[in-house]
Amino acid sequence: MKGMSLIVKTITDIVIGFIFIYGVYIILHGHLTPGGGFAGGVIVAGAFILEILAFGTEVKSEKRAKLFSSIWESIGALLFIGVALLGLIVAGTFFLNFLPKGSPFHLLSAGIIPFCNIAIGIKVGAGLFSIFLALAATKYVAED
Amino acid sequence: MLIFASCILLFLIGLYAIVTKRNLIKIAIGFALVEYAVNLLFALIGFKKDALAPIITRLDTPHNFVDPIPQALVLTAIVIALGTTALMLAVIMRIYGRYKTFDIAKIKKLKG
Amino acid sequence: MSFIPLYFALPLVSAFLTPILGKIYKPLAGLLSLITSFVLFILALYGVAITQEVPLLVYKMGNWSPPLGIVMAFDSMSALMVLTISIVVFAGALFSLRYMSHYTGQWKFYTLLMLITAGMMGLSITGDLFNMFVFLEIAAIASYALVAFGVEAEELEASFKYMVMGEIGGLTFLLAIALIYAKVSTLNLADISNAMQAIRGTTFFWMIIGMMLFAFSIKAALVPFHSWLPDAHPAAPAPISSLLSGIFIKVLGIYTTARLVFNVFGLSRATDPLFFNILIGLGLLSIAFAGLTALNQGDYKRLLGFSSVSQIGYIMLGFGIGNYEGVAGAIFFILAHALAKGLLFLTSGAVVYSTGTRDLKKLAGLGEKMSTTAWSWRFGFLSLAGIPPLVGFWAKFYIIKGALKADLLWLGLVAIILSVLTLAYLLKIENSVFMKKGKSDAKPAPFTMRIAMVFLVVLIVLLGVGFQQIIDFIVGPAAHALLRGLEYSQLVFGNIALNF
Repeated sequence: MKGMSLIVKTITDIVIGFIFIYGVYIILHGHLTPGGGFAGGVIVAGAFILEILAFGTEVKSEKRAKLFSSIWESIGALLFIGVALLGLIVAGTFFLNFLPKGSPFHLLSAGIIPFCNIAIGIKVGAGLFSIFLALAATKYVAED
Repeated sequence: MLIFASCILLFLIGLYAIVTKRNLIKIAIGFALVEYAVNLLFALIGFKKDALAPIITRLDTPHNFVDPIPQALVLTAIVIALGTTALMLAVIMRIYGRYKTFDIAKIKKLKG
Repeated sequence: MSFIPLYFALPLVSAFLTPILGKIYKPLAGLLSLITSFVLFILALYGVAITQEVPLLVYKMGNWSPPLGIVMAFDSMSALMVLTISIVVFAGALFSLRYMSHYTGQWKFYTLLMLITAGMMGLSITGDLFNMFVFLEIAAIASYALVAFGVEAEELEASFKYMVMGEIGGLTFLLAIALIYAKVSTLNLADISNAMQAIRGTTFFWMIIGMMLFAFSIKAALVPFHSWLPDAHPAAPAPISSLLSGIFIKVLGIYTTARLVFNVFGLSRATDPLFFNILIGLGLLSIAFAGLTALNQGDYKRLLGFSSVSQIGYIMLGFGIGNYEGVAGAIFFILAHALAKGLLFLTSGAVVYSTGTRDLKKLAGLGEKMSTTAWSWRFGFLSLAGIPPLVGFWAKFYIIKGALKADLLWLGLVAIILSVLTLAYLLKIENSVFMKKGKSDAKPAPFTMRIAMVFLVVLIVLLGVGFQQIIDFIVGPAAHALLRGLEYSQLVFGNIALNF
């Protein structure tokens, strides 16, 4: 897949970090403001997709990108199920909110909810990136 | 009442697109319409007159929020619809690779 | 008590460990699925043992009490479904260790297999309506991907057709959930059943039931919504066909209908005979139409697919009869058909693995060459046709006994006559594949595939010989769990206070 023009590449260089940080902000503040894991994950995936679209597959080979997103997707899902099972092992009920709840409206409050948000954010970001890589390959049109 | 009827109307328009259109992509768009209509109906069910969005920002909040449960359900339903649409588009792309056409009348290798 | 969430947590963990392990060392993926399905089988036996003493176990997720929290309500019917799922998945996983060597991307197969298991297990044990929808969609999406697994032209077309019809059903179910929530403002099954009694018999009530019956009839492949099944089940790899025909259409279509009709909406034969007669009508239509169409099929797996549609008609017939013997017969038929049809599809997989074709005119003379496959086929065929003392006979016997007890003598006779159709189309395969003498250079099936088939044969014989114990300990309590009707909600709320 070829990249885009020089203007797009320059702007992407500047903007891509901000998009990623914005997505992480929405994920981390999921228990305080609207958004949370899924919406933040979509924005993080947007950052990765922008990188592939703007630079083409010269910068990062497609195979490495697929491996990267597949591993991170599994890690995100295992983190989520791990937190739920930890509730079972440590405190007795599946998915129990067993971490200290802290004081309201602070970043480190609400027990396991920030960790669940982070896990979902990782999974959704990697998952949408995998979907993009699977769909955007142009080789299906020309084969057999 | 009128707004719920128009959601059902949108559902039926999407269903019409799925059932009658011949192009595979238009069938996928019909699915997007149906999912949109169902999610919209769901989100509108929780509405109460003169109520606020269900976000707590101060500890002494007023308590007339709209119902937050349908919003959580719609979030889940949107994610499920995303998975289904992605799978459907991937299968459509592979079908194009094999059959070289998007026309559903020509994709008839299996009978009955 | 906390074994209940393990039913869907364990397959989810193995589904997400498989990509990592499958990239490191290939055979690990299959081994992980095999171990997980075996552990689920042991847990399912434990669950059946527990529900002998306590009629309904309630598990609160995250310790949130209903009606606000999501609960898992595990009664004998759930225990039976979980047991059936784990048996068929274990046999399928054992079979696919060698069978999937023909396909590429094997770790994807095992991930999807574990995902579909997690979906079906979660669906069987949940006590919350939207949770039911989520697990139904997880299982359905995994099944669409599995049907399209070997990406040839036929399989993609079959998967697309299946996907369109299945999703229409799923979205209709979601619309019905939205309308229920608009009326009763709760999603807990027990709470909905309490609140629904106030609006019993109104137009809204019947509209919701009609929409749900439509959605689940698509998933269960009842005539006239069955047309995806004869394309999708042959196109899938053989262990997946055995899973789909054996247990998937039953969990997603029949179990959900039974749970909603009996326990949530509280219908019974005494109060709504017209509705149950409609169910009987749908059942008879499926048995007759699919049975007749199966007679002129020329493809091994397609014939078995039509046979599945026909046997689902028997289960609907049993539920439509509505008394204890009818419902117990239908539930026993779920178990018997899962074993028999699962076994038959596994034999078709062995035949395809050895000879490479499914065309009945080209297969011949496999009776001597593949003797284990042939004898497993014969046991499955006899059980499905209803020959004593195998388990299929007792299932049909109970359904017909229920018809006689409900004064529907004509129905019992029609059911007996129509089971001749089953014998006829199965004899067609027996004749043209295993009995006919012919030159064939097929090798016997590999060892693990034969073990999977023999495992199911042993279960068919054991359950057939010991049918009275099965009725007393497993099927009978499940039928009582359904026929209990509205007491389900009292049990759910009562058990919360017990702080299990």
